[in-house]
Parts: sequence; C-alpha cells; structure tokens
Amino acid sequence: MSLLTVTDLTVAYRSTNRSASTSGVIGPAAVDHVSFHVDAGETLGLVGESGCGKSTIALAIARSLPPTARVSGQVDLGGIDVTALSGSALRQWWRSEFAMVYQEPQAALNPTMRVGAQIAEVLRVKGFEREAAERESVALLERVAMTNPAAIARRYPHQISGGQQQRVVIAMALAIRPRLLVLDEPTTGLDATVEREILQLIADLRVELSAAVLFITHDLGLVERMCERVAVLQAGQIKEHGPVANVLVAPTHEYTRELLACAIPPGRTKHNDAILRAELPEVDRAGEHGTAGHGMSEQREAAPLLEVRNIVKRYGTVVASDGVSLRIGNGEVVGLVGESGSGKTTLGRIIAGLTVPDEGQVLLRGDAVAADLAHRRPEVRRSIQMVFQSPDSTLNPRHRVRDVLKRALLKLGGSSTVEQLAASCRLDSQQLGQLTSTLSGGQKQRVAIARAIAGDAALVVCDEPVSALDVSVQATILRLLVELQEHRDVALLFVSHDLAVVRYLSDRIAVMYAGRIVEEGPTEAVLAAPHHPYTAELLAASDHRAMDTGSRALFSAGSATVPSTQERMGCVFADRCPSRIDGLCTTTAPPVRLLANRLRIECHLDLGPEVDDPVAGEAARI
Amino acid sequence: MIGTRSAADPSRRRVTLVIAVTILALWVASALFGGVLAPFSPSAQLPRLKFADPSAHHLFGTDGFGRDVFSRVIAGARPVLTIAPLAVLLATVTGTVLGLLTGYFGGLTDGVAMKILQSIAILPPLFPAVLAVALLGRSTTVLVVVLGFAFMPIITWTVRSATLVEREKQFVEAARLRGESTAYILGREILPNIAGSIVVESTVRLADAVFSIATLAFIGLGAAPGSPDWGAQVADNRVNLQFAWWTVLFPAVAVASLVISVSLLADVIRERRSA
Repeated sequence: MSLLTVTDLTVAYRSTNRSASTSGVIGPAAVDHVSFHVDAGETLGLVGESGCGKSTIALAIARSLPPTARVSGQVDLGGIDVTALSGSALRQWWRSEFAMVYQEPQAALNPTMRVGAQIAEVLRVKGFEREAAERESVALLERVAMTNPAAIARRYPHQISGGQQQRVVIAMALAIRPRLLVLDEPTTGLDATVEREILQLIADLRVELSAAVLFITHDLGLVERMCERVAVLQAGQIKEHGPVANVLVAPTHEYTRELLACAIPPGRTKHNDAILRAELPEVDRAGEHGTAGHGMSEQREAAPLLEVRNIVKRYGTVVASDGVSLRIGNGEVVGLVGESGSGKTTLGRIIAGLTVPDEGQVLLRGDAVAADLAHRRPEVRRSIQMVFQSPDSTLNPRHRVRDVLKRALLKLGGSSTVEQLAASCRLDSQQLGQLTSTLSGGQKQRVAIARAIAGDAALVVCDEPVSALDVSVQATILRLLVELQEHRDVALLFVSHDLAVVRYLSDRIAVMYAGRIVEEGPTEAVLAAPHHPYTAELLAASDHRAMDTGSRALFSAGSATVPSTQERMGCVFADRCPSRIDGLCTTTAPPVRLLANRLRIECHLDLGPEVDDPVAGEAARI
Repeated sequence: MIGTRSAADPSRRRVTLVIAVTILALWVASALFGGVLAPFSPSAQLPRLKFADPSAHHLFGTDGFGRDVFSRVIAGARPVLTIAPLAVLLATVTGTVLGLLTGYFGGLTDGVAMKILQSIAILPPLFPAVLAVALLGRSTTVLVVVLGFAFMPIITWTVRSATLVEREKQFVEAARLRGESTAYILGREILPNIAGSIVVESTVRLADAVFSIATLAFIGLGAAPGSPDWGAQVADNRVNLQFAWWTVLFPAVAVASLVISVSLLADVIRERRSA
C-alpha cells in the first residue's frame, strides 16, 4: 500500500465577486477530481504551467487553504485521513508527519528570529530539551551542507543568501522527520549553481528520510532528474501519469507533447526550429542583414534604421552606459545580452526615449532624434515602440483588451482592425472583452506585443519580455516575435540576460558588461571562438546549465560590481577577467578589434588577424 | 485553517455592512423627509411641557423651551448631511487634482505644494475654521469651504502617494510611447487604479466632517444657537445635563451613530479592496 494516497481531490473557491448577493457561490474547480499515490522513498513530480492547480494541491494536502476554499475527496497518509483532521490532531499531524519547502524561502522564515532558534523551535515542539534542541539545530545545519553551521545558526534570515535560506528551510523540514515532504518549486528563485547544490541536497535527503516526496515544478528538466514518476496537470486535471521515462520520452497525451515542445532546447534557433518553420517557411534573407554579403551590408550601414552614438548615462557615481555605440538594420534582430546592472535596459530605454542620456545621440534612418520622448516628432515616436518585462505592470489592470488595442491603433496610426491585430498576435476574440488583469502572463505579453506593433513600428525594443514567464510559455512568445518580425519586417532590439533566448532569436548579438559593449557581431560569430573573456564566461555558464536541465537563465540578480567613474581606468572587465594582463588591462582602455568574421571585440588580448574597422574609424573622427 | 473565520470573512463583513447602511439610511431619510417623519415642528414650543421626561408622546422628552427633542434630532440631520458631503466633495475633487499633478510631475511644483500643504496641516484642523467663521460669519457656504480646505491636504497626500506608485508602472510608459497627453495618462491610466483609495479616504473624511460640524456648532461657530443642529443642541442643553439628560444624550447619540456608521462603511470598503 502506498504511503500517500490522494483520491478524487477537488478544490473550488467561493466566488470573491464584489456584489454581496453572489458571494458564497462556488466557482469552477481549481483542482478537479485528482487522484494519485506516492510510495515511501518515492518522488512524484507534479508539472504544469502556472495556474494549473499544482500549488493548490499542495496546499490542500497541507490543510493550508484559505477559508474560501471548498475541498472534497480524500488525502490518506499512512492510514490517516488528513482531510478529516482538525484541532489538536491536525497540529499533531503538522508537527510530526508533514513538511513543506516553498518557492520563497524568505517568506517561510521568521525575519525576527535567528535561524538556529527557528530550527530549535521545531525540535522543541517535538519534545527536545532546550540545550539538546540547540545542539541538534546546529547538527541539522551541518547536514544541509552549510559551512560553519554554528555561525550561521546565530544569523538572521536577511543576513544569509537565498540559497542558504532554502537550506535552513530544508533543515527545518528535516527536524520534523516527516513522512510526507512537499517541495513547491524549491529552486525557482535561485541561481543556476545554487540550484544544482540544492537539488543534490534534496536527492540525498530523500534517500535518508524515506519519506514520500511530492515535487512541484514547471520545469520538465527537473522532473527528469529528480522524480521516478510524474503527473502532468492542466486546468486542475491530471492529463497524464506514469514513470518519468515513459511520459517524457513517449508522451501519450497531447498536452504533455505541447509542454515538451514548448521548452527551447539548447542550440535551437529561429532558423532550425521545426515547429516555427512548419507554420512560417523561411524566406531567403541572405544579404539582407549584416550577417552575409560584405558589400551589401556596408551599403546598408550607410543609413542604418537606428544608430546610437557614444551614449553616456550616469546615475550618481554608477555608470550605466559608458560611450555605447550600436547600429540596428531594417528588420534586424539584435540581441543585447549581459547580467543585471550591465546597463542593457538603460540602453533600451534611451533608444525608446524613456530615459534621457547625459551624452550621445540617437539617430533614426540617419537623422538625429530628440533624446526626450516628449520632444520627439509623432512619426519618430510611432517608429520606436517597446515591450516591457513585467507582464503584471505592462497593461493597465482596469482596461479591457479591446480598449488597449483600439487605443494603440488610434494613437499609433494603425490601419488594421482590433480583431485583425488580435489575431496576428494569436489572441482569441473572446479575450478582447476581458479585463487585462484576468489574463495569464503569456496572454498579457501577447497584448503588449500587439500594442507595440499596432502602428507601423520599425523597431521594437523588447526588454526581457519572456523572463517573467513560465518556460512553457516563453517559446510561444519567442515564436510570435519571430513571426511578426519576418512578416512585418520589424527590427527588434532584444534585451535579455538569457543567452539561450538571445541565441534563438538574434541575427546579431551585442554583449554588454558594466556599461560597455565588449563584444558585438553576427550571432554565429559571437558564439564561435575567439571570444571576449566575458563572453567566454557567459557561454561556459550557459553550456553548463544546458547539460543539467535544458536551457534556462544564466544569472539571477546581478552580481556585477559596476566600476564607478573614478575607477574607470582600464578595461571594465579587468577585475573579473581570468586572462588579465597585469599592468595593462587595469590602466589602459582596451583597443577595439574588428575580426574577419565581422566580430568587434574590445580587448587587449591578441584575438587573431584583424581587418580595418569603418565604424571604429568613424567613431574616432567624432 | 479550514473553518476559521477572520475579520475579513465575507459573512461577518456583510453583517457590518448591513448595520452601517441601516443607520446611515435612517439619517438620510431623516434629512430628506424630516418634515413628514417628525411629530412636531422642531421650533414649536410647548411652555407647559418644559423638560418633560421621555414618554410615548415625546419619545426623547422635551427641552427647556418645551420643544420636542425627537423632532429636533430628526431636523438636525439635514444641515449635517448637507454640509459634510459637500465639504468632502470639495476636498476630494481639489485634493485628487492636486495629488495627481504633484505625484505625476514631482520636482519643484511638488516640493512647493507639499510645503504649503504641510503648513496648513500642522494647524489644528479647527483653527482655520474658527478664523474663517469669525471673519466671514456663519453660513453653509463658509462651513463647506472651510471644512473642504481643511480636509484637502490629507486627500492630496493619499492621491499623491498612490500616483507615485502608479506612474512608475510600465503601462504609463507605454502610454507615453504612444504619445498620450498628460490629461489622458492622469485621467484614464492612473485615476482608475487609485479610485479605490480615494473612495476609502473620502469616506473616512466624511465621518470626520460630521464630527467637525458638530464640534463647531458646540463651540458656537457652526449653526446658530437655538437651531436644531446636533452640536448646538448639546451646547445649549449641557447645563441641564444633571436633571434633563435626554436633552443632551439624544443629539449626542445622533452624532455618534452617524460617525460610526460612516466609519464602518469606510472599513467595509477598505476590507473589500484588500480582499
């Protein structure tokens, strides 16, 4: 008999409708007759996109749903019907049988208590004496591979890193010695390297505890590594259920196949994406971009669609942009990649006119445009549009989709109808009447993209448009962008910290570090050697990550220490550079080297034969 | 957990709402149909029935002039329910416009406006009222304007701080990229998102205004002495408190019940927004 058996679990919420007369009506089921079982020592993966009900299942098992939830069905853990527990029996169950690790370790820890005391509190509830509990909590911290556990025990949660916080939460789970461990996206907020360590820790503990483990995630790569069996959840229902090897290798349900197709594997680009090309045959664009045909592209460079020259932007002593120059051709996709704090978002906003630079020029089709959006001529404003990062703030929650698109068509001078515009971004006509706050993240970004291309935008600045989305939704949004770019000949400046995403989409890539573009060139050239040492670091991290779990983010929050004005003597990357030439890199600004494969690299290292650089020459004359 | 009921529980909220709306509706009805509901004229004197105890005939008793307290309490609803909403409306409209502009533009205008509002707000709220009534005389218009401007700074701050949050939203930047006018951005992009906070703040101010009107009348700066205004009634009769408590208690309860019902309403609105 299985340790955990869930039978016909159904969760619905009482409607939170504003009119008092209808409150109390039961809404549609968030979890719909879900049944599964987990054996002792076994890990079941629960996957699906956000909003599919996977966290609701966890909360229902934990008995932590809000009072507005209506639950039916059985949750049986080792012969105890959890749904029937109440009062002291429920508390007893919580402190002896069950533990949960959440996505946000910070929210799971009490900010006013030292972490050692928090673990000891769990142990005290289980009957440990005060001193024994303190000793044991240090031992537990050691077990979760914390270096110097005694010192960590005396810290407060905000004094330790996110990865360490998650270890503390895991240590608290261990203190309970639960028979059921629920992991709800335990590594989603963490850096790639920290994620790997935490996963390893979870894998080790699983064996030791021989508990039933429920592993909730949206990442199929993690399921493959961590779980024996998997249940695929969509709209509150289990669509497919079975051993990981069967489900992920030979899915029988349509939705699982979609989910698998959604993830962008490493090395996939818009040119070799079969799913995209089945719908959108590739036109031969050779010579049209700067990627091929030298003579042709030089001619184009005479008047690129957009050019920025020597952009400087300082925030106090921090330099967000330090003399950046960049060109974008008609219909070209330029990927701007770098870690947070590198100045890539600032550059995008300067191009859009939302941020005014301290120095430098923005030129559209060869003509200088006003730095401040308020002073730009209407046709310039219409030509440069933007898609923002956060789906939750990009649309006004009080507006309906139809009104958003109608207004964009009116103000940007679009000639199509709202319905045509919606259809071109794969929005259903029934979504037109919805308030934007009721849309999913992916749908919101579609509306935002439709809004940006409503007129005849020539350039759309995309500022991390998929970073906040589920992996399963990212690919569909990227494909939509390719489709629009090729259909409408819109150029994109695609700003991202995720090299896999940039590589998928871009014709050219510019790598930014501490306010400088340190390397720039056609996508294949940037990915092939030789590299700027920073690019090499990015690529190594990306490959490393790819081997683990498919393609995902390189960095989470920024770790770059951006040199301040006073420190800018030599190369901006000198402090972190593994190939630094002492006495040169820290004192002298690196030369710009243009290589034969049209790669421009700012570096002191000898990177091979160079050719004359028309752009650098021009910049020197200015 | 399951089965527990928090303060935000919908059913409990509904009970609060019903109580608040019932009390408020009674006073609004009194203000509108006072003449029909009151058994006597508020100024009719019955010289032989001075300080009569509350009875079936005179529910709240009579005062020192033999006037029916029940009728006077009902008649007192009209002035307070005229002046308070108008004053709050004035404060809300001016405060919202000022808050939107200062919050959106910031800079020097914002700095100067905030300093001026702060210097108004450090005065005790009744001080400008005392001054204005003393200089301009008693009238409904003077009270509305004085209270309106007394409450305007606090509404301005609420709107300004909400605007500071909203103006950073990406949909506002998208509107700027579309070339929308400032009026459109303030009115159509920002205002709908802060309307809820404005409603809550205004409702709280309404309760405040009711209390302030009664206070002004009590110190002789609102309605004229002898008028059926609640504050004036308490002031006129407070010397009789020891032997004719009903002449003071019922007008005072009227003030309290109206203030409480409006405050409860504000609470319900606030809870609904955060739920």
